[in-house]
Amino acid sequence: MSSDTETGGVDRQDSGWYDLFSRGARDWLRHNEKVRNAVRKSLPDIVAGADVLSNDGNRTVQVPVRFLEHYRFRLLDPGTRGGVGQGSAKPGDVLSQGRGPQGRDKGSGGRGEGGLEFVLELKVDDIIDWLWEELKLPDLRAKSGSLEDDDYTREGWDRRGARSRLDKRRSLKESIKRRTVQSQGPIFINDDLRYRQLIKRQRPTTQAVVFFALDVSSSMTERDRKLAKSFFFWVIQGLRRQYTRIESVFVAHTINAWEFNEDEFFQVRGQGGTVASTAFETVASIISDRYSPARYNIYMFYSSDGDNFREDREPALEGLRRIVAVANYMGYVETSPPSRAGLDTEIGELFQQLSEDGLPVGAYALSEEEDVWEAIRSFFRQQARVTP
Amino acid sequence: MPDKLRSYADQLETLARQAGLDYFPVDFELVPSSFMMEVAVYGLPVRMPHWSFGVRYIYQLIQHRMGHSRLFEVVFPGNPGRAYLAHNNSVEENTLVTAHVLGHADFGKNNMLFRRSQEQVGYHIVEQAAAHARQIATAVEEHGEARVEAVLDAALALEQHIDVQRPLRRPRYPYYLADGKKPSSDEFHTRFDSLDEEALPEGHTEKRPAPVPPQPEYDLLWFIAHYAPDLEDWERDIFLAVREESFYFYPVFACQIMNEGWASYWHARLLSEADFLPQQVYLDAIKTHSDVVRPYASGQQVALSVNPYHLGFSMWGKIVEAHGLTEARKIMTEDDDFSFVRNYLTEDLAEELSLFGYTAKKNGEVKVNKADIDDLRESLLGGKFNFGAPTVCATRVQTDGTLELQHEHVTDGRGLHAQRAIKVLEYIRRVWRRPVMLHTLDERGEAVMLTASAG
Repeated sequence: MSSDTETGGVDRQDSGWYDLFSRGARDWLRHNEKVRNAVRKSLPDIVAGADVLSNDGNRTVQVPVRFLEHYRFRLLDPGTRGGVGQGSAKPGDVLSQGRGPQGRDKGSGGRGEGGLEFVLELKVDDIIDWLWEELKLPDLRAKSGSLEDDDYTREGWDRRGARSRLDKRRSLKESIKRRTVQSQGPIFINDDLRYRQLIKRQRPTTQAVVFFALDVSSSMTERDRKLAKSFFFWVIQGLRRQYTRIESVFVAHTINAWEFNEDEFFQVRGQGGTVASTAFETVASIISDRYSPARYNIYMFYSSDGDNFREDREPALEGLRRIVAVANYMGYVETSPPSRAGLDTEIGELFQQLSEDGLPVGAYALSEEEDVWEAIRSFFRQQARVTP
Repeated sequence: MPDKLRSYADQLETLARQAGLDYFPVDFELVPSSFMMEVAVYGLPVRMPHWSFGVRYIYQLIQHRMGHSRLFEVVFPGNPGRAYLAHNNSVEENTLVTAHVLGHADFGKNNMLFRRSQEQVGYHIVEQAAAHARQIATAVEEHGEARVEAVLDAALALEQHIDVQRPLRRPRYPYYLADGKKPSSDEFHTRFDSLDEEALPEGHTEKRPAPVPPQPEYDLLWFIAHYAPDLEDWERDIFLAVREESFYFYPVFACQIMNEGWASYWHARLLSEADFLPQQVYLDAIKTHSDVVRPYASGQQVALSVNPYHLGFSMWGKIVEAHGLTEARKIMTEDDDFSFVRNYLTEDLAEELSLFGYTAKKNGEVKVNKADIDDLRESLLGGKFNFGAPTVCATRVQTDGTLELQHEHVTDGRGLHAQRAIKVLEYIRRVWRRPVMLHTLDERGEAVMLTASAG
């Protein structure tokens, strides 16, 4: 028996063994878990929303999700539905006005269960973790570099220390030692107590440097930069998850090349033509000045629209060869309109050539925000296959 | 149970027996309303876990928080029967509820559909459902949550697709056509089968293997449990557990108007005869009664659905008045909602209750139409055929194991919602482990075949 009522009534003593039956809540949690898993599958689409990048301070994204529906066979919604009502109404009465030809939401059937939405808030960091779980870093050589302070490790004993670090075994030993020479006395005195001592230890760390080189010549549109920026963003997030220490170097070029800091880098606008070799030479010289290949895992990612001065072909290829000789991996993303995504450009051909030589390089044409994750996947899967 | 309620309950029972109510003993239990809510969502006090119950639970919780519904009691037929009453209800409310429960207990013991289901499912569905829940917990331990969930996704999605015309326990199909006998129990099938045999040429003794299924099979849970080519034993057990619970739910579903009406008739009658109740208790109980059986939400003049408590209560009142209690008991024993409404919802009563027919368009327009008593009856029953689900049967298993299903759109009048149907086919495919296809109609009314295959 149930009834419609205005007040819900407050439970006075909802407790006891019935709590064992909180299966409604348990099944609801299972539902939510399934929703999270479903969302996980569509993470690349969420990633495509560029607000992830601009939202640095807050670093969460809100994803509206529907309640999952447990599907059953159902008849097609009829154009009109008949029913029986009760009350004062005569044939011809209109009890409720139509809401125009668009009508109401489609999920109105089935006790309206298709309709409700709730918002899942996801941490950007979690998203990145999930996304990178499935990928492997190319050619991780685990080169050890500088020493890093690790956690405290236990070593030796001290007469003073925190209660929690009291070593009972050791203290008892001290007490026995004392009492063999001192015939009388209490079992323990303060001098017997020994505390474990902690010291800092250093251990070597794997480290890496990643070069981001960007063509900022006048042919690169705002859209091209944005695509490159979001590609670089996800790459560096992934690399940061793999290495304890990672440094990034930003190089932009037109007919000359300059090193920038991260903030400036994406704001840079250049004028005029494109000489890509200048960027590659800059990268190569920074490597020899600051990043010994013996101690650093080296990556370079280059982004451009593919144009380069024909005369620069040989120097550019030479520059790339110098880098790839010491780098773990070198990737190229070409930002191009969907109509001409092909990689049959000046730069595209250089990478093609290096790839044919069996060197660890990859290239991908990016034409939309949605491609970014596919590009990353193509780089890091492809390379994972090469490395045993 | 508080002493005062216990004492009222005992006296109400005496009164009920004197009035001719006949029921198995009922165990009453006062429980928190949160527990009541779960029982209402799951349909049973303990039941197998599934995420879809979580969704229903949240809806119920929202409804409850918004104050739209309030549960007074849940009754489970059986021997003994079980009744849960909300312990935050007042003694007055629970007095009424106790009388109401006795009506349900009488109905549950005597109504034919309930009796049949009790005989088949056993008189201990509450314990059996708990055993099913344990069985599934064990399966989760052994086979992992994902695999068990896949089986439950399919089995629970087909919950309504059982054949209640056939017994709960039934043998597999015969292997050979020429064996003659088919698993038929009713007269029509026996006669039909003998016709079939006569049609065979004289002296024809060669055995022909029977196709599977030999005739359209409406009990999809049974069919998949027994004929899915690679179903493992534990998976079949889950299908059969879901099916058993579904057999239990059928009478509850198919006799709602009668059953709630009967219980409401009896609580009203027992209370009015209970001269041992203090005046105030009686008045409060009657007020609760009118809340329960009122046709509209408070403050409104029109409702777009009919409160089954109110309808059933009014119908039983009229029947007892017109035909006497003995005749009413006979009707209670033999009918279900279909025959009950068709035979006893009279034109006069429909008018008295101001029932009207309406059509609701997709755009939200609701218009009252001209409806005669037959229209009203069929409209009331419209959502109740076949457990409220479209009629879908298994028609064939192809040589490669592909399962063919057929939606009987002629009886349903239109096709299936295709996206949902494909999802259901995918649930089935995961346990059938071969392609599954379904013939139905599309939006334009043309025949289509929906398929779920691996990949």
